[in-house]
Amino acid sequence: MKKIRAFIEAAGLPRVIIGGFLVLLFAVAPLAQISVARSVSDTLVRMAMNGVMVLALVPMVQSGCGLNFGLPLGIIAGLLGALLSIELDITGFAGLFFAMGVSLPFAAIFGYGYGLILNKVKGDEMMIATYVGFSSVSLMCIAWQLLPFTSPIMIWGYGGSGLRVTVSVSEHWLHVLSDFLSFQIGNFYFPTGMFLFLAFMCFLVWGFFRTKIGTAMTAVGSNPEFARASGIDVDKMRTISVVLSTMLGAIGIVVYQQSFGFLQLYTGPFYMAFPAVAALLLGGASVNKATLFNVIVGTFLYQGICTMTPSVINSLLQTDMSEMIRLIVSNGMIIYALTRKVQVKR
Amino acid sequence: MTQEPLLRMEHIGKEYFGNRVLADVNLTLQRGEILGLVGENGAGKTTLMKILFGMPVIKETGGYEGKMYLDGKEVNFDSPFDALDGGIGMVHQEFSLIPGFSTTENIMLNREFTCYSPLVELFGERLQTLNRPAMRQRAAKAIDTLGVRVDPDMLIQEMPVGHRQFTEIAREIDRESTKLLVLDEPTAVLTESEAAILVKALRKLADSGIAIIFISHRLQEILDLCDKILVLRDGMVIKEAPTKGTEIRQIASWMVGRTVEDKKQDDAVRVCLEPILRVDHLWVDMPGETVRDVSFDVCRGEIFGIGGLAGQGKLGIANGIMGLFAAGGAVTWKGKALKLNDPHGALEAGMAFVSEDRRGVGLLLDEPIDWNIAFTAMQVQGRCLKSLLGGLIQWRDDVAMASLAQEYIDALGIKCVSSRQRAVELSGGNQQKVCLAKAFAVGPELLFVAEPTRGIDVGAKKLVLDTIRETNRHKGTTVVMISSELEELRSICDRIAIVDEGRLAGMLSATASVEDFGLLMLGAGKGPEVAAGVR
Repeated sequence: MKKIRAFIEAAGLPRVIIGGFLVLLFAVAPLAQISVARSVSDTLVRMAMNGVMVLALVPMVQSGCGLNFGLPLGIIAGLLGALLSIELDITGFAGLFFAMGVSLPFAAIFGYGYGLILNKVKGDEMMIATYVGFSSVSLMCIAWQLLPFTSPIMIWGYGGSGLRVTVSVSEHWLHVLSDFLSFQIGNFYFPTGMFLFLAFMCFLVWGFFRTKIGTAMTAVGSNPEFARASGIDVDKMRTISVVLSTMLGAIGIVVYQQSFGFLQLYTGPFYMAFPAVAALLLGGASVNKATLFNVIVGTFLYQGICTMTPSVINSLLQTDMSEMIRLIVSNGMIIYALTRKVQVKR
Repeated sequence: MTQEPLLRMEHIGKEYFGNRVLADVNLTLQRGEILGLVGENGAGKTTLMKILFGMPVIKETGGYEGKMYLDGKEVNFDSPFDALDGGIGMVHQEFSLIPGFSTTENIMLNREFTCYSPLVELFGERLQTLNRPAMRQRAAKAIDTLGVRVDPDMLIQEMPVGHRQFTEIAREIDRESTKLLVLDEPTAVLTESEAAILVKALRKLADSGIAIIFISHRLQEILDLCDKILVLRDGMVIKEAPTKGTEIRQIASWMVGRTVEDKKQDDAVRVCLEPILRVDHLWVDMPGETVRDVSFDVCRGEIFGIGGLAGQGKLGIANGIMGLFAAGGAVTWKGKALKLNDPHGALEAGMAFVSEDRRGVGLLLDEPIDWNIAFTAMQVQGRCLKSLLGGLIQWRDDVAMASLAQEYIDALGIKCVSSRQRAVELSGGNQQKVCLAKAFAVGPELLFVAEPTRGIDVGAKKLVLDTIRETNRHKGTTVVMISSELEELRSICDRIAIVDEGRLAGMLSATASVEDFGLLMLGAGKGPEVAAGVR
């Protein structure tokens, strides 16, 4: 009993519950005539798709700016990059990296402005961030109509102007990253390229937090007064972290799109921040401390639930419960984390 | 007077978490008598009054020792409400008034006169209407008793602080049952003329039979007003004396004068070589510690002490020079002007600061010890860093950090599991050592230490002070130490400046008499002999 309690304490109650639930789903999957191999494969694909976006939350959490509910801002930058890449008709890896490369300056500019706003509202970052995210999405709804893109793939077939709600990437760079070095064993498909890319991004973030500036950022998040007394420009560090978060968000959405196959414009980015936030919190992060371990574990658990519930629960109960469970898990996780400042040990 | 005294407190003692703040305090008070309670910050005055008033904090921290008798009956108040019912009124240091209510409403709060209204039949007594004229009359009478002019209809938020203070006192005396009134530094916010009115009003109250306990740092008032005084020091009664025939100088020495312990005279005369730091007309806008106009020199290699009562601005000096709070004036460091409001610049110039706010400013509580110790040195001087890719990347060197931390853990005897232990898990004394280590790691030429022994136990205190002395003697670090504890300053410093109301009240050699220090602290020592010490 003591051991179990110690384990729960070390792993965090939500992680244990969700982890147990996930194991249970995998266990009953065969009863519902669902291939476990395919399920695991789907989970891994979704994990790699969303991983970078979850990672994008880390810099802001570490610098004390809280959870980046303004992730849509980064996503918009990523969409701009992707659209430009398709507009210029660049295909394959070149197109993908062009999309990422072009989205970064946009993300840097957006992130800088966003950072200035957040520095003015210290203590209320998360609420303001949510509104920054929402309002930027609404603003871009107008922009998508007006921007002078001409590629027939993405503008409305009638009228001839304004972007479509979804734009396919299938003719340009669909699955270029996913299929890189990927392999298939029976029903099991492994998107090696995406995992390599996720690992590379994790390495960059890990490395960044081991530099002088990254160390300073962590200290700002831990105790801004201490950092200031040590001669750190607190506002500058916070701005850098916001810029980084936004840039990672931009890269994250491009990775997501090449796997998903479509750009989702207009209100598409609206709720993108919530699954990412829920995944990070599920991984054991708190509002002011997050590690790469939290990112990986959280993304796996959250995406595992998202993949398994539709197939398993639906076929067992003959009813569509999946969406409800997903919403309960994601929003419940966010509430749990915001009400209790619990931090797990590792 | 042989009759039973109004209040008798016997053998009162109190411990907060093993830290004794009151021991064996006896006190008697007759009807109509005014007792002046004096003592340094932390002498136990406020705690004693909290016990008397039944504040919940006393009960929550384990109650108190001893017995209290009111009118000859033993009492033990569970809450301030019981104390109010028992006839004790208290005026707090912080105003407990409602800003948006008028004077009358505040005075009569919860004792309003009410009129019948038909709604009472339906909804009960709570819907009685207020009888405002009667309330106003009653409030005006209470204000009159004090002999001041305060408009009964004025809103509290629009009043000068002096009037607020009077309103609060009026509220307490309005209770018919009030037999004993406690005033905790009521004159601190008053101007001299207002204070004089208050003193007169209190005298009048006492003549009507109400006993008063009066706490103040202004000794002249105590002498003018009180019948007898009780001096507390370190939680013990040092002296109980009638005010008649007592002089300010005597009280001051009772308050601060511990038996002077063997001051270490390791080097008898230390000559001032050259000023390393020159401060001219410094002002600092630090909340609660405002510095108005301070000028002094610090000599190379000395330990310079800054003392004074809490809230007078001594902490503001160090915080201002280190750039943590908005400051102005001129600070010259080694012959060059130091840019103010720039923490990085001050650190880079070779100064370091051990903050009085250990948990708020001094430590990264959630980070390990090695981060705490090495962080400032890393950020300011680039220590514990490795350059990668030709200096493009400044990589944190965890091994160097750990060994730097270990060096100080050994040198200062920080009790911990390892250098990876989180700072929040350490005891107060060890946390203070980590703060010192952080400052030492920068290798400063000038070290500001603010309240280094606050909240740590006696053993750790000695270690911390010894460490500071050691650094000064062996590494030649100039030290500016700021402390509320005069004895501590006298035991370690060469010269001590006393700050009062944001200005330098005077500068004395550490060997000067306790009374002189006491007088300076209380703002009474404006005599010529001490003024000569100020530049």
